[in-house]
Amino acid sequence: MTAPDPLTLPRLPRNAEGPVFAEPWQAQAFALALQLYAQGCFAWTEWAEALSRRLTAAGPDDDGARYYEHWLATLEDLVTAKQLAAGAELAARKEAWADAYRRTAHGRPVEL
Amino acid sequence: MALRVKALESLMVEKGLVDPAALDAIVDHFEHKVGPRNGARVVAKAWSDPAYKARLMEDATSAIAELGYAGGQGDHMVVVENTPTVHNLVVCTLCSCYPWPVLGLPPVWYKSAPYRSRAVIDPRGVIGEFGVKLPDEVEVRVWDSTAEIRYLVLPERPAGREGLSEDELAALVTRNGMIGTARL
Repeated sequence: MTAPDPLTLPRLPRNAEGPVFAEPWQAQAFALALQLYAQGCFAWTEWAEALSRRLTAAGPDDDGARYYEHWLATLEDLVTAKQLAAGAELAARKEAWADAYRRTAHGRPVEL
Repeated sequence: MALRVKALESLMVEKGLVDPAALDAIVDHFEHKVGPRNGARVVAKAWSDPAYKARLMEDATSAIAELGYAGGQGDHMVVVENTPTVHNLVVCTLCSCYPWPVLGLPPVWYKSAPYRSRAVIDPRGVIGEFGVKLPDEVEVRVWDSTAEIRYLVLPERPAGREGLSEDELAALVTRNGMIGTARL
């Protein structure tokens, strides 16, 4: 029996040319950046410059597979630089979600 | 990664900066409504309608908006036309600026460091790796996208395809053809 082709599995987001987001968090991170931009939290040129710094730091061998990791890091950079949230606040919230996942029974909605 | 996004999202929602419903709408839009088919319709219309093509070359942002595809990041669209003597290639050397409304989200290779650097240094070689052998007499022009200007390549209309409808023409247009890593 051959392994299922992930591209043919249902509910994986894709368009005519293939998957759009590989994992749900990537779509959320993408949408967050657009929404914060739409709210006037930063200019799109600021976004491009910040993302460019992250991509440059990733080095010449970066093959694009970790693109949304850089995207998310850029988002955190800008959110902290613009003082929309502090770094410590983000870290604490991340731990709170991790705890919530650990204590929530399988199949139940995860809540803080 | 998922937890970091969740942390960020929940904080932004609490601070009133982000509406969860708006996030869902954005994701739905990019997953289901945009993609290279939009760009293909622009190209097919330009091939079939000389007046539209003239407007497209003059003011691409407005001409593309005529078909209902509008940008969201305040960027301007510029269309560059392939001819028998000129081939255009689009890159974003700094990050990954890309004309989302007409092409959807960029493919992985477009976002890779090797493409971003080599497309400028050795465009002919890069195009060759996509299996396109450009004749020596064809000039290659490289367009570096920015947060303000996004480029779309208008490929040459394939020869011997007279009498096709716009829909049939659109089916001939590929994403890579509109980035410049393919010839149609």
